[in-house]
Amino acid sequence: MSILKSSPNIFRKRLLPYFYLSPTILLMLILMLLPIVMVIGYSFMDNVIMNKDPQFAGIDNYLEILTDKNFHQSVKNTFLFTVASVIFHMIIGLTFAMLLNTKRIHPSIRSLFRVIYVLPWVFTAAIIAILWRLLLNPNGIINYFLEQLGIISQKIEWLGSRNTALYALIFINIWSGYPFYMVSLLAGLQGISVDLYEAAEVDGANPVQRFVYITIPQLKPIIVSMAMLDCIWTMQQFTLVWMTTGGGPIRATEMLSTYTYKLAFSKYQFSLASASAVIILLFSMLLAFVYVRTQKARD
Amino acid sequence: MNSKKGNRRIISTFFVVVLLMIGAIYAGFPVLWMLLSSFKPNTEIFAFPPKFLSDNFSFSAYKSILSDPVKVRFFINSYLVSSAVTLFTLFVSILAAYCFSRFDFKLKKPLNMLIISVQAVPPITLLIPYFGLIVTLKLFNTYWALILTYMVFTLPYAIIMLTGYFNTLPAELDEAVMIDGGSRFRALWNVLVPISIPGLISVGMYTFMQAWNEYLFALTLTKTIDMRTVPIGIQQLMGQHSYEWNEMMAMSILGCLPVLLLFLFFQRYFLEGMTAGSVKS
Repeated sequence: MSILKSSPNIFRKRLLPYFYLSPTILLMLILMLLPIVMVIGYSFMDNVIMNKDPQFAGIDNYLEILTDKNFHQSVKNTFLFTVASVIFHMIIGLTFAMLLNTKRIHPSIRSLFRVIYVLPWVFTAAIIAILWRLLLNPNGIINYFLEQLGIISQKIEWLGSRNTALYALIFINIWSGYPFYMVSLLAGLQGISVDLYEAAEVDGANPVQRFVYITIPQLKPIIVSMAMLDCIWTMQQFTLVWMTTGGGPIRATEMLSTYTYKLAFSKYQFSLASASAVIILLFSMLLAFVYVRTQKARD
Repeated sequence: MNSKKGNRRIISTFFVVVLLMIGAIYAGFPVLWMLLSSFKPNTEIFAFPPKFLSDNFSFSAYKSILSDPVKVRFFINSYLVSSAVTLFTLFVSILAAYCFSRFDFKLKKPLNMLIISVQAVPPITLLIPYFGLIVTLKLFNTYWALILTYMVFTLPYAIIMLTGYFNTLPAELDEAVMIDGGSRFRALWNVLVPISIPGLISVGMYTFMQAWNEYLFALTLTKTIDMRTVPIGIQQLMGQHSYEWNEMMAMSILGCLPVLLLFLFFQRYFLEGMTAGSVKS
């Protein structure tokens, strides 16, 4: 009797958590899970959307993508772009964080510098793209300074030349992304106990040794998780590339994201684009898996 | 001995100041140049030698943007979409975070894992099916298309951060309300939410920034000029006949203003919120 009476209650109690989660679950089902299933489905059909009655095409799309020279080029570019960006984000982020953490400067001056250093972060990728197109214009201010300093002898079209475009793009991306590291590393630095440094100083450790044996190991968990997140985000970067070079000149800066976008929305090869999109998804999930593993190891 | 140490101190302080200045030029000069360019007439943008302050200093680029209803509409759209995304994201993520923080249920672990890993799903992967999906749902070229889409990307982070925040608040707080006869719902909204304001500000700011900055979906899921947001608007300024660099820079300054102001006002909350996730002891 009492079991019967309380069973709707237990039932309600069991369902209560899902009630709280229902908006999230609903949204994620319709706008995350369903599209992923759809894109995987598309990737196994002959050209969907454009074709009224698409047929199953097996792995043909994947074979075509994986043997496409332009795909290889975009993998190479994306890899270089990502690795170089992540490494320099880390170096500049850590350097700036340490500068902002120094006790040699008055705190109010430090917070002024902190605001300046964080500046690139408040700009959206679209604005950053426009800004650097102005700065890196052949007649722009950067060429002017470099000429005055005697570093270059003629005006360089940084974003328009095949030899420099990718490096210019990496440079821009480094500028726009380091504050994210800096902010987290600064908090990390402030969390390191002063006792550790004092003890090391008593033992005669020089500043370099203190950096290598205290600062770096203490910051390692933050650095690792930032780097993983940054890899995932940088690999997916679209806006900055699209609005500075559009993947050009002649694919010199083609990334996986722009390659896929062009396949879909300029060539209307939606099935090939889907296959490429699924490959990017797999790369990202692999990185995410590693990320979750490193996070778990920390807990 | 003492003076030698003092000398070393001065030298290293000098070294730090020099590095700080170099860093400030690297970080700040591009932004300064953007600001200065927005006050120049377009003919002086690439003047040789470059002029820092134009003799023809004027606000005309700003005036021309703010007096053009098409361009003002970009801003209205962006404010509308970003504010709606922020409000809805906060509401939905408060419910979800409360659930993850206070309940024990069967699917808790796998759902939590799912929320974390969903953050890595590349936007470009979702873009192709979205186009058809949004058209089918009859949402193409509407605010709702953008609002719902952005929430898919803002929710996971918001839920993770707020769950972490609620976890730091003792469960006795909301239990006390329930013992007094209040409902769970009241415990959440009348007790937990008010004391979580700092966390909510930080999450809300991050959400607003994400929505304000979004480009790829705004480009694909809207079509008519009256539905475009600021990032797309800036690009369209670039496409028209000649480049109006001064107007593009003015629009960029206006476009970063909300984020910059939010950051300056709520800096402390934001930095604390950002680091709450990465600094664990």
